[in-house]
Amino acid sequence: MKLSALLTGAALALGLATTASADAHSKTKVGFVFVGPVGDGGWTYEHDQGRLAVEKEFGDAVETVYVENVAEGPDSERVMTQMALDGAKLIFTTSFGYMDPTINVAKKFPDVKFEHATGYKRADNVSTYSARFYEGRAIQGHIAGNMTESNIIGYIGSYPIPEVIRGINSAYIHAKKVNPDVQFKIVWAYTWFDPAKEADAAKVLIEQGADVILQHTDSTAPQAAAQEAGNVITFGQASDMAQYAPKPRVSSIIDNWAPYYIARTKAVMDGTWTSTDTWDGIGPGMVGIGEISDAVPANVKEEALAMKDKIASGEYHPFTGPVKKQDGSDWLADGEVADDGTLAGMNFYVEGIEGTIPQ
Amino acid sequence: MDLSVINPVLFVAGFLVAATPLIFAAIGELIAEKSGVLNLGVEGMMITGAICGFAVAVETGSPLIGFAAAAGGGAALSLLFAFLTQVTLANQVASGLALTLFGLGLSALLGQNYVGIKPPRLGDIDFGPLADIPVLGPVLFTHDIILYLGIALVAATWAVLKFTRAGLVLRAVGESHDAAHALGFKVKRIRTLAIMFGGACAGVGGAYISLIRVPQWTEGMTAGVGWIALALVVFASWKPWRLLLGAYLFGGITQLQLNLQGAGVAIPVEYLAMSPYLITILVLVILSRDKSAAPASLGRIFHASS
Repeated sequence: MKLSALLTGAALALGLATTASADAHSKTKVGFVFVGPVGDGGWTYEHDQGRLAVEKEFGDAVETVYVENVAEGPDSERVMTQMALDGAKLIFTTSFGYMDPTINVAKKFPDVKFEHATGYKRADNVSTYSARFYEGRAIQGHIAGNMTESNIIGYIGSYPIPEVIRGINSAYIHAKKVNPDVQFKIVWAYTWFDPAKEADAAKVLIEQGADVILQHTDSTAPQAAAQEAGNVITFGQASDMAQYAPKPRVSSIIDNWAPYYIARTKAVMDGTWTSTDTWDGIGPGMVGIGEISDAVPANVKEEALAMKDKIASGEYHPFTGPVKKQDGSDWLADGEVADDGTLAGMNFYVEGIEGTIPQ
Repeated sequence: MDLSVINPVLFVAGFLVAATPLIFAAIGELIAEKSGVLNLGVEGMMITGAICGFAVAVETGSPLIGFAAAAGGGAALSLLFAFLTQVTLANQVASGLALTLFGLGLSALLGQNYVGIKPPRLGDIDFGPLADIPVLGPVLFTHDIILYLGIALVAATWAVLKFTRAGLVLRAVGESHDAAHALGFKVKRIRTLAIMFGGACAGVGGAYISLIRVPQWTEGMTAGVGWIALALVVFASWKPWRLLLGAYLFGGITQLQLNLQGAGVAIPVEYLAMSPYLITILVLVILSRDKSAAPASLGRIFHASS
């Protein structure tokens, strides 16, 4: 599956090479590197919506290019290099696994600005940006904990990276709060996008008793599998996935990259771009909560919305003590709030989650 | 760790479903390769079949018509490959790769209006009292017709290749196209038919993913199954039953590792995740110690004048 992505990437990069340089100087060229297809209905779809928003905002003043299905690793480095050679002034690399390639390519092109999503390595011409998805996970955990009848919640993880682990912890803490008997079953798919595998993972979890499926992969396949199984609830991931509402999809986390992409493109055009680290959540609107459907009991929905408001206003932080780590050691004291540094590099489960994180 | 949460009946039923797209795609490619054609476009034909089958099933409300359309779509796309390699004598590897890229793009275009739609469900065959046999009943007799068709296809392929004149001719063309040509066989026609058969099978395999295994349409949803099918044909030494074994091994271990993860088995997840590839390759390599070789004319261009 890597090969196919590689070949697609190669062909698209060739295509880019031939269409470049027509009127390179009049327009600001903005490149996007995507890990899945723009039609995945999830993660990459939302990034592409952000790209389209940039086009709409600036019209003829910008030109955007994108390459989809770019494998994480060396292949992405080649795609980025090609974009930079083709005159892109700003390149958004939208998957965690593009982190080192982005840094490498940025060194070679000091005049090109890079924006890497969900990573933690920066340079003078590399910014990082991410959304506080864990805020949305807290709300999902609350709904899931209330609604599960088997007390088993299935979680499809992609790769064991801090972003995914944060989501698991946040969901678990809030499910446990309303349902002390809740148990998380976590399956690592080792892919961001493979509908058949994601569907299989969802089915296996359902067969093992889960009646709630949380996913941290990019396609809507787990939604379809849950719908097929009946009486299972799910949450839209990265995108609203409203086509599966009101059930199985009872709510969703929606990534909204458009304002950020527009602001950063504007900064490059104005010459005011500087390397920054952006991590916004529900408050600034980078994370949206999709409509909570009627399948959720009214009181649960009300509580969930109240939690959303509190998180948005900053009154409540999803990681507020007392919280212990999985091994029983103390992490957050009563009332203490997790600092961003720990969250950004989170590599441990909180107390109560079974299993170990693949290292 | 609690292995009792794994239901063996559901597990076996699950891997039979997971292996079926692979069986279809690989058996089609096996026939094409037996005729001496290396078609690397399996992935492209699968994804095209996936959307053709999905769209037609949604429009007509009949999954079976959908599968027929998937076979048609896959075969139609493979005709492009046949034209390139048999008529214009283009390089097979390059043409196959182009076919995959083209198929991925074409399917994304065709599928734009089908995202998020639920396809009609293909019911299981009613075996009557057979399905009530404990354990064996739910494992063997509660599937859809396409799954059984896949197994039947493997048996038929084996029988045709081994016992029939048609199979002999096909193999002759694949082993030495010049000799076959000298004997008066229409090499290009036979190869074109083999390519189309491969395309139709790949199409059905793709539709099995979009109509039954997932079931939904998403761009790029075959996500590399076509490439695994290609590898499987080689590792199975071009033998249908080994191919079936390999597909079940691969599907079975994929399902097993997901099950074990869910059950919290203390094997590092990385090993579990790579185990389907590793074990399938290992078993098939050990099996193929008898030095069964590839068809001698595999990948070579045939021109009647040479």
